[in-house]
Amino acid sequence: MTTPLLSVRNLVIEFPNRHGPLTAVDGVSFDLEAGEILGVVGESGAGKSLTGSAIIGLLDPPGRIASGEIHLKGERIDNLRPEDMRVIRGRRIGMVFQDPLTSLNPLYTIAEQLIETIRTHLRLSEREARQRAIGLLDDVGIPAASRRIDDYPHQFSVGMRQRVVIALALAAEPELVIADEPTTALDVSVQAQIIDVLKEQCTQHGASVILITHDMGVIAETADRVAVMYSGRIAEIGPVREIIKNAKHPYTSGLMGSIPTLAQEEDRLVQIPGAMPRLSDIPPGCAFNPRCEHAFDKCRVERPVLIPVDNREVACWLYEDAEASEAAR
Amino acid sequence: MTNTPAVSATPLLQVSNLTRVFDVSKPWLNRLIERESKQFLRAVDNVSFEIRKGETLALVGESGSGKSTIAKMLVGLLDPSEGAILFDDQPMIMDGSERMMDLRKRFQMIFQSPYASLNPRWKVADIIAEPMIVLGVEKDSARIGARVDELLGLVGLSAADGSKFPHEFSGGQRQRIAIARALSSNPEFIVCDEPTSALDVSVQAQILNLMRDLQDRLGLTYLFISHDLSVVRHMATRIGVLYLGALVEIADSKELFKAPQHPYTRMLLDAVPDLEMTGRQRKEVEGEIPNPIDPPSGCTFHPRCPFANDRCKREVPGWTPTRTGVTACHGVEEGRIPQAAMAG
Repeated sequence: MTTPLLSVRNLVIEFPNRHGPLTAVDGVSFDLEAGEILGVVGESGAGKSLTGSAIIGLLDPPGRIASGEIHLKGERIDNLRPEDMRVIRGRRIGMVFQDPLTSLNPLYTIAEQLIETIRTHLRLSEREARQRAIGLLDDVGIPAASRRIDDYPHQFSVGMRQRVVIALALAAEPELVIADEPTTALDVSVQAQIIDVLKEQCTQHGASVILITHDMGVIAETADRVAVMYSGRIAEIGPVREIIKNAKHPYTSGLMGSIPTLAQEEDRLVQIPGAMPRLSDIPPGCAFNPRCEHAFDKCRVERPVLIPVDNREVACWLYEDAEASEAAR
Repeated sequence: MTNTPAVSATPLLQVSNLTRVFDVSKPWLNRLIERESKQFLRAVDNVSFEIRKGETLALVGESGSGKSTIAKMLVGLLDPSEGAILFDDQPMIMDGSERMMDLRKRFQMIFQSPYASLNPRWKVADIIAEPMIVLGVEKDSARIGARVDELLGLVGLSAADGSKFPHEFSGGQRQRIAIARALSSNPEFIVCDEPTSALDVSVQAQILNLMRDLQDRLGLTYLFISHDLSVVRHMATRIGVLYLGALVEIADSKELFKAPQHPYTRMLLDAVPDLEMTGRQRKEVEGEIPNPIDPPSGCTFHPRCPFANDRCKREVPGWTPTRTGVTACHGVEEGRIPQAAMAG
């Protein structure tokens, strides 16, 4: 077996608090193969952005990785010194944030920002770096790139700015790009353009992608596999098509039903009662048990592990027997 | 209260040629030094529509299309620059007269962010009671208290929640409080400005279901504003599509999604991510919304429109009746736009 590009093992992220630590991400594990696009979906507070920040080493204090390991091509990166991490960040892992206006510096031209990033990571002359920057802008679909490169961020529209951010993330040919809600701040017509650019460019540059979003539609269009997060844990992880068409975890199927779609004829949306628990009172056992209509005694006591069912893994006791029967086969 | 959710033919609200212009000029001295003239932005441009009793009219559009400006004008938070709004055949002029105060009780608004629209220093019961007191619907404090408890129950909270403060509630629960407040003066018409955009999808489903239940139960009429086409399709009886401050198409909700007429409507529908994974090919959408201070001539959509010709660049299109509603497009009028077969 080859080593996966990225391997996250039992990641736990904690926030210290007067009453003891709050666990925001609790035992998250997944692998990412080279060239793969993994979607991470969940509602606010599910821990999806924290997982992304932890991988790229930008977890804001007081949040900290309490345990677990992150490996990039077999090399452990979660315990590196800041200066060593800085070499990886940008060079081997690129990042696209939600709001393109805050991730670009308003006081520098696009050229200055791109060239700085390129020359930090690659041994290129000023002129070569500029050529490369223009090429990148061309790739992400900025018209008249050689002229517009000397403009400031405010001279671009929101959609164009997000394209620049994607160019920046790809500037040093990273192996992995983490995109945290890259289309949330955009209108739907522009959103479609940005998804296309992100997908196409990352494939072309051979970068794997972790796409963090709350929008299942974006995931459906873009990702190969999806991890559904709930209360800091992975509820279900597997190929996008299988999970969207045939969700196994009660939370995933509730979530899918609650999304209004263009094709649907029903009058009422599926409704999951209640809300995701606060970090301070995550129930024992399965975090979803108080809202789950299938919950039984075991769910309230013992925390489910990821059980392989039908090509995917589900953290739900309902499928415990399925695993046994699959093993028997 | 009525139990008939049926849509009646009489319009409850009539909006004709509504226009709002904002002065976005630089300060006087800058204009003088830089020899620039004043600049105006037509946020809402000659918009007319009517809403029938018991129906939900949805306005969709991207940022800057004038959705929220229309909402604010309808409830009197902004004065129209031109045009008229008739509520139940009476002109809406916010002059503080007794007639207006009577009219004012009959409509309410739900805002986008329940984090910003509830006063953090007020108890929930006081927040919900305020419209009753201000509008003089109820004066007796015991009756107000009973009504607040009833409203809390109606939106799925408990009477005990009245003594709490907004920060003790989640986003979805806060939006329920905002809905209870909107209902407290017994209105017939509610303007909902992106009521679920700040909420997570599972919570959004709860709020959308609640709003529909309340509509059936209380016979409410909604103006529903959203940028999310799937949400709009779920809620609306009819849909108006806005582009750069002007309506480009109004049609029956189900029909609009089956057979969109205006090229902009088609583009918007094409851009919706395909959750069913039907393999529908999303068409690459060209360009972005132009600068509203200096909008394109003729049909404002012509620079992005694949069917535009010379006439579109010169002439502002008027309304053309379609099988499903009306649309403002020269191409549809001349019959030179091929019918698109939309999935769904």
